[in-house]
Amino acid sequence: MSKKSAHQPPRWADRFLEWYCRSEILEDLQGDLYEHFERNTISKGKRKARQIYCLDVIKFFRPYTIKKFKIVNNITSFIMFKNYFKTSVRSIARNKLFSAINVIGLAVSMSIGLLMITFISEVFSFDKFHKDGDRVYRVNNIYQEQQEDPTPFATTSIIMADRIKESIPGVESQVLMTRGFGGDAKLDDKIIPISGLWATEGFNDVFSFEILQGNPETMLSEPNSIVLTDETAKKIFGDTDPMNQTFILGKEDLYTVTGIIKKPPFNSHFTFQALGSYITYTNQNRQGERGENWYNAWNNMWMNYVYVKLAPNTDVNDVNQKLLALGEKESEKYEHLTITSELQPLYGMMAGPDLSNNIGVSIGGAVIWVLAGFTLVVLLSAGFNYTNLSIARSLKRAKEVGVRKVVGATKRQVFNQFITEATIISVIALVFAYLIFMFIKPHFLGLDPSIERSLQLEITPILFLYFFIFALAVGLLAGFVPAMFLSKLKTVQALKNAGSTKLFSKVNMRKVLIVIQFTLSMAFIISASIAYTQFKYALSFDLGFKTENVLNVELQNNDWQKIETAFASIPEVQMISKSAMIPSVGSTYLVDMKYNNDSTELFYNTIDENYIDLMDHEIIAGANFTNKSFEGEESEIILNEETLKRFNLGTPNEAIGKQVEIDENSLTVIGVVRDFHYDKLDQGIKSFGFRNRSNSYYYVNLKLNSSDLPATMTKIKNAWNEVDPVHELQAQFFDENIESAYSQYVIMGTIVGFLAVLTVSIAALGLLGMAVYTAETRMKEISIRKVLGATEGSLVSLLTRGFMWLLVISAALAIPLTYLLFEQQILNGIENRATIGVLELFTGVIIIFGIGILTIGSQVRRAAKANPAQTLRSE
Amino acid sequence: MKGTNLGEFEEIALLTILVLKDDAYGVSIKREINEQGKRNISRGALHTALSRLEEKGLLTSKQGQGNEDRGGRPKRYYEVTNKGLAALQEAKEVRDQLWSQVPAFSLK
Repeated sequence: MSKKSAHQPPRWADRFLEWYCRSEILEDLQGDLYEHFERNTISKGKRKARQIYCLDVIKFFRPYTIKKFKIVNNITSFIMFKNYFKTSVRSIARNKLFSAINVIGLAVSMSIGLLMITFISEVFSFDKFHKDGDRVYRVNNIYQEQQEDPTPFATTSIIMADRIKESIPGVESQVLMTRGFGGDAKLDDKIIPISGLWATEGFNDVFSFEILQGNPETMLSEPNSIVLTDETAKKIFGDTDPMNQTFILGKEDLYTVTGIIKKPPFNSHFTFQALGSYITYTNQNRQGERGENWYNAWNNMWMNYVYVKLAPNTDVNDVNQKLLALGEKESEKYEHLTITSELQPLYGMMAGPDLSNNIGVSIGGAVIWVLAGFTLVVLLSAGFNYTNLSIARSLKRAKEVGVRKVVGATKRQVFNQFITEATIISVIALVFAYLIFMFIKPHFLGLDPSIERSLQLEITPILFLYFFIFALAVGLLAGFVPAMFLSKLKTVQALKNAGSTKLFSKVNMRKVLIVIQFTLSMAFIISASIAYTQFKYALSFDLGFKTENVLNVELQNNDWQKIETAFASIPEVQMISKSAMIPSVGSTYLVDMKYNNDSTELFYNTIDENYIDLMDHEIIAGANFTNKSFEGEESEIILNEETLKRFNLGTPNEAIGKQVEIDENSLTVIGVVRDFHYDKLDQGIKSFGFRNRSNSYYYVNLKLNSSDLPATMTKIKNAWNEVDPVHELQAQFFDENIESAYSQYVIMGTIVGFLAVLTVSIAALGLLGMAVYTAETRMKEISIRKVLGATEGSLVSLLTRGFMWLLVISAALAIPLTYLLFEQQILNGIENRATIGVLELFTGVIIIFGIGILTIGSQVRRAAKANPAQTLRSE
Repeated sequence: MKGTNLGEFEEIALLTILVLKDDAYGVSIKREINEQGKRNISRGALHTALSRLEEKGLLTSKQGQGNEDRGGRPKRYYEVTNKGLAALQEAKEVRDQLWSQVPAFSLK
């Protein structure tokens, strides 16, 4: 065979072989493989031959073929590394301004990165302390009424626990828990309020909270057993042994302590002070036909949690399928309702989706992604700075690279050198980043009380490793492009005419990077201002009733009559009313209402006869409730206009006197109230009714008229303490309630605003670097122009024009993009919202332009003002 | 005697090299074993066996000429040493001896 081999074995396989194989045996091994390959190509075809070749190469990867670890090689590379390190440090020290810009930019953005790393690793460390936690799941219900969107709930029905036992195989153990356990614990003359969960005896099979005392199997089996956390036990019993002690909880229920569990660690997704045995709960409520119905109802799913531990090697999808089938079967009983269930793994529950009726707080996966995205943007921005400035400066470094290459450096070595330099900068930046991180950490935690409750951002040793790896990664990524660029320089070109040639072919890329940077900065600023307007809008929105000077006081299980009497004696309290809940802040009460054969869910609030006047609701037909001192069944209801439309009850006047059915009671419509915003503003107005039942009040609403608010508050506090010395007064002004309900906008605005400031300053730093560089390199050109008669102004405009164009392009990109993002994605689906005005859109742009002009202008002016004789003389 | 005991595969490889005489190198050995032994051996396994035999001193090898097929790379020719011959002989004797003692009927 004389012809040159036309077929080539796969290149990567060949390279791989050359890379790992010892040089002594490489030659003949490769020879054998080639020969074999050639034969195979003829006999089996090209494709097959190539496959066999690759397989053979991999099969040859055996201990005796692999290159010996060469200590000599390592010494050289170590020496080279020392050299890279030294030159890098020198070059960093020589260019103080550029290094400072890079270090500051990277440090600022990396501090956010560190925060993110701590945040994410903490969120994902939740619940990891449970043994076999990877097999633990929660049964989540999905509630769908008619054709409306299904709503996911963290809760399920009580009967679900029994159904799982009967019909779902593969479940090793399960626990059923229900909210609402607790009350005032009374022992001797001590009264200590405790709260917790009802739980079945499976609790300790599913979870592995640390048990300090008691039998884990039986501690929750007997009626009226209570398991306390060590902290609660100490509060109630002091230093005496709490085991088998009894105390009264709530009104008169006597409980025996059957176990002590260590207080749930902070990284548990739910927490409790006490657990009541579930049998107590069912004994109390599963009585008579009504109780039996309640226990068995598939739609009684608002307060109960079921956690299951699957047997090893059980397929989750299998169980999910069975749950789905079960749900579909059970839902057949309901006309317009489908309630199905699915499992949610315990790990990652903290980072899981935001479910209704959640057992504790959850951060929500979306939030994590959004924050991580923001962080990435800030990091990118700083990385771009490094890339930009390094490429710009490569003009000066080109000679160095040329000399290195002449002396014998390979492309790879040059690459290594510049990567080393970038990494050193990023590690230096890490030190500063850590300091900044320690500074912003408390501020981040303090953003919202719910963040502070659920996160600590504790720094564990392993995090330092993550931080370091993070810094290395940032260095590698930021240094990659410049290092590639410089290592690819042709030796001769680099030495001969470094300035003029194709070195600047990267100029477009630099422009693109700057445009991206500024587009992001502007988008951030615009977003922050939109979020702020939205918040302002929500606060000043006309809800349909008046919230000024209304103080909402939580009753905390006190007798409302006593509290009312106590407050009535304060002269500044103009009016007093009672209600079940505070509307317009996001929580809702729901009940099924029937009229003729139609039924739908009705949102409601239970109020007394003074509430409507106090809140200034407008009754458009009929009358208000009247003062009734009896304790009988409810008989009247006031509906809103929307309900009339929903049920075709006719005009407000026609609706009066009609009968509707709620909770199996027939109620007379006695009034119609003008529509108002019962839920938060992002929800529309739905069917709503005011109910009047004397014993379901949880709040007292006080209308105050006070010129000295602190004094009035003290009076109120004193009045409260006289009635209830145990619990502290829980009172908030209605306006404050609303403000905290919309605090998400504030948090979003704060975070985005903060990031905006960061990106803008980083981008400005980069711009400054570029301006300094441009001014320096074009010094001669400027001087000559000046000698020939150019004015300062024309020079400034000449130098600024290029940058300004980039900013204009950024603005042209940022404004429509942010507008569309908010219009189509974020604010879409929110019922009542502020329109996005020109002002919000352009403030960001104007700020950026201002900063840009200032940074560039300062440098350019200096260059333009310089004495041309000085620059030209040095030639 | 440790070290001169031949494994089954080693024995086959040594015999194949003897059969191939002057033309015993990686590719040809593998082909010969494929054809005669009706078995497909991996080249990795063969190479490992050959190098082990060489380490034990039962084989020697020398670099030969390269050709176009091999991308210009030289062949490595293998040759059985006297020690290798002795080991083969010994293995054969052990087998013959055992064969001669196997009662005739048990083979039917």
